[in-house]
Amino acid sequence: MADPATAVASPRSAPRRRRMVRDLKAMPGFTAMAWITIVALYLPIMVLVAFSFNENRSVVLWTGFSLDWYAKALENDGIRNAAWVSVKVALFATVISTIVATMAALATTRTRKFTGQGLVYGIINQPLMIPEIVTAIATLSLFALVKKLTGLNGIGYLMMAHAAFCIPFAYMPIRARLETMTLTLEQAAADLYAPPFKVFTLVTLPLLGPGIVSGAMLAFVVSLDDVIITLLIAGPGETTLPIYILGAIRRGITPEINAVSTILVAVSVLLVMLLFFVQRRMQR
Amino acid sequence: MSKQDDTVALAAALEHNRRRERLTRFWLLAPALLIILAISILPLGITVVYSFLTPGTYGGVTWEFSTDSYVQFLFQRDIFDDTLVFNSAYLSIFLRSIGLALGATIGALILGFPTAYFIATKPREQRNLWLFLITLPFWTNLLIRTYAMLLIIRDEGIINLVLMKSGILSSPLAILYTDTAVFIGLIYSFLPFMVLPIYASLEKIDFSLVEAGYDLYANRLKVLFHVIVPLAKPGLVAGGILVFIPALGAYITPELLGGGKKLMIGNMIAMQFGASRNWPFGSAAALILMALVVIVLLVNALATGREARGNG
Amino acid sequence: MTGPEVVTQRKAAVSVRGLTKTFGEGEYAVTALDAVEVDIRENEFFTLLGPSGCGKTTLLRLIAGFELPTHGVIALEGRDISALPPHRRPINTVFQSYALFPHMTVAENIGFGLRMLGKPAAEIRQTTERMLALVQLEAMAGRRTDQLSGGQQQRVALARALAPAPKVLLLDEPLAALDLKLRKNMQLELKSLQAETGITFVFVTHDQEEALTMSDRIAVMKSGRILQIGSPRDIYDRPTHRFVADFIGDINILDGTIESLDNGIASVRLKDGTAVLAQPGTATAARPGAASIAIRPENVRLAQAGETPTVSGTVENVVYFGAATNLHIRLATGEQMVIRNPGAVEEGRYRPGATIGAVLPPELIRVLE
Repeated sequence: MADPATAVASPRSAPRRRRMVRDLKAMPGFTAMAWITIVALYLPIMVLVAFSFNENRSVVLWTGFSLDWYAKALENDGIRNAAWVSVKVALFATVISTIVATMAALATTRTRKFTGQGLVYGIINQPLMIPEIVTAIATLSLFALVKKLTGLNGIGYLMMAHAAFCIPFAYMPIRARLETMTLTLEQAAADLYAPPFKVFTLVTLPLLGPGIVSGAMLAFVVSLDDVIITLLIAGPGETTLPIYILGAIRRGITPEINAVSTILVAVSVLLVMLLFFVQRRMQR
Repeated sequence: MSKQDDTVALAAALEHNRRRERLTRFWLLAPALLIILAISILPLGITVVYSFLTPGTYGGVTWEFSTDSYVQFLFQRDIFDDTLVFNSAYLSIFLRSIGLALGATIGALILGFPTAYFIATKPREQRNLWLFLITLPFWTNLLIRTYAMLLIIRDEGIINLVLMKSGILSSPLAILYTDTAVFIGLIYSFLPFMVLPIYASLEKIDFSLVEAGYDLYANRLKVLFHVIVPLAKPGLVAGGILVFIPALGAYITPELLGGGKKLMIGNMIAMQFGASRNWPFGSAAALILMALVVIVLLVNALATGREARGNG
Repeated sequence: MTGPEVVTQRKAAVSVRGLTKTFGEGEYAVTALDAVEVDIRENEFFTLLGPSGCGKTTLLRLIAGFELPTHGVIALEGRDISALPPHRRPINTVFQSYALFPHMTVAENIGFGLRMLGKPAAEIRQTTERMLALVQLEAMAGRRTDQLSGGQQQRVALARALAPAPKVLLLDEPLAALDLKLRKNMQLELKSLQAETGITFVFVTHDQEEALTMSDRIAVMKSGRILQIGSPRDIYDRPTHRFVADFIGDINILDGTIESLDNGIASVRLKDGTAVLAQPGTATAARPGAASIAIRPENVRLAQAGETPTVSGTVENVVYFGAATNLHIRLATGEQMVIRNPGAVEEGRYRPGATIGAVLPPELIRVLE
């Protein structure tokens, strides 16, 4: 194809062109790279899951299928306590962050544009924009100060910290949903004699439902998976499951840890799959 | 016209609506903003203050002004004659972190761009499934994913096992607790952040442009670099930033895969609030990290701003 | 519903006075409506016609209450409703996008207004059934709205807006999303529905043919103002403004000067010196000075042998389309004119290049504003 003129003139170039048309968009090697990406993303997790079912204490050699490590993990008081703390914190953070995120999303989509809207977006998304380790030590400093001033202790600090960083995650899908919902439906309800409160409860809220569910699920997953902020802030007796796992890994690899990790991964995967289906339904 | 009697009711209604809207907006925004301001933004202010204080004996701070934290970053104070001696220990941790984060960004780009392109050229129905597969790891626990990576790259891990069983190696590749391990871990952790924005900009490309490229005698490589890459640039930049920033502040990856020996900024900061207990220095290091992040974001904002103006 | 008595005198259902709506503020302010005045009579099918951006939808939204006016008054049966929120106005809307509630069934959609008005369940059920019958969707009562075709959704939207028996029904380009055939059917259906219910319809469209077919009266709008209000015949035969004449149907417009007025008839001298008599559409149009005159192509007649033509010109194009033939001629003034002759014309006589004469009957010539 060095010389365009000959390429056009040559009758032979026609069939060659046609062969190229078939996979014009494909780039050589890209398919292989995509598969490498998928394998790289999933292989480690697959190995972890597989060895959590290994009968042998060894995490190297496969000797047979067993659920022993799950039983051991579930009997372990440390793990049970940590799981309970995780669930408590995640539920609290989910409820608080979803409620305030829903309110904020309504304010930023259901009222006219206002000065300072960019600033509001900036503040809401702030926890996403700075490195987590910075948020973690900053929050720790604040809480240390508050504890010293008030003498108050407890798991409330951890819960509030989780609620704060969950807000942007809950906010995103709710705002996205509100933005795709045209105002016309709400206007139609008002036109049909629904006063503002009824418009909200009978039209806005039911239609917003899938967005709120998505937001809540994201918030829950994010809280459940947090390590860095929790690691720095959690006091004694406030060990969450990821913190317990981190400690256990530092002490040495055991199949029990593989089992707990698998459970935690399964919970996240289930929630995210559920979310995926909710969003698919939302699009229809 | 506006002086008519009946427009008085209208003016009142307009004013009432405006006031009610402002009030509604205020109360709807207040809780979210209050929580984030109090728990996420106010603490940053405290961090700034702490960075100028003196460390307490058992952690925490003593309320005594000092710039030592920033001095300590580059110099070491001689215990005997109080002179400052240049000390590259912390600076090298920062430079190492920047290098590792940059490397991870490039690595993620090399894997991520072809993947995003591959997904974008799939039929519409298949794309959702692929995107789901890319997104799913992002929502699973980073600690557990890193731990899973540790399991396969360690000396007795599946990679070494396969390599040794097949006779390619006689002794295991010692990857774990090296920079290579951290590098691999960072790519693995943040790869989805690279694929998704690139996909988002590739998806918008009208592929008849690619056909036009071929029609105008470009070959595959030329089409790739002169048509597709320029069009995907916003996604490439966004992906680069989304990988670089969390990689720079990574904590878990170097902690597990670097074995606590190969430190990055994140671990160094966390250590100041734990074992070695120098809160002011940790605060200062955190602020320097944040300054790096802000510089990256600002450069990007300026560049995109100039580009937008150039196009406009 | 209006009951059995015959309406002898048509009162104003909606009166609009000095209605102005400005969006934005300061230098970015856009005036969507500029001191609009209109009386929409009871039981009439009233159409707001104009190109997009002329303010017709804004006027509709102001009547519905989705926006509040910047200035002016909207009265419903003599009562000022300008400041009332939409849920307190006995006016319902059929939206362009239908705006059916996706989380409710067809029947729930139709009953929504009555439910909000606090009507007893039995009444809601009865009315819903009656409405379903009215739009022939009895079988669809339990369906979700996304399972309906475009035409069916349109009917549900109509039934939903009619169910609370509003004083006025507002329709915002409700047929725009339907295909041509369905649109033609729905036009007739809407018209008969309006006659049947006796509700005042205010219909918004940019389609002049739709407006002419359906309306009792039409208001032609441009740039936030109403230019002309009248029956379809008024609008078509006696346009007052150049814009109205141009927007509806085909028309020939010639420039000239009003030399004198006699008993409301203007004597206009065209650019080539020909004097014609014409009917001024408005008081503004009936002022001596520069003026435009207009005549429909079908009102221009070819001069017979021996007849004195009003104007003459050279044939440029002959376009035959079955029921009529259009002769495009270039006048001595340089202006173009189209003559629509019923049926075919003698081919030899009217081929391009030939000089022909045309007669413009004075009673069919309008002076435009």
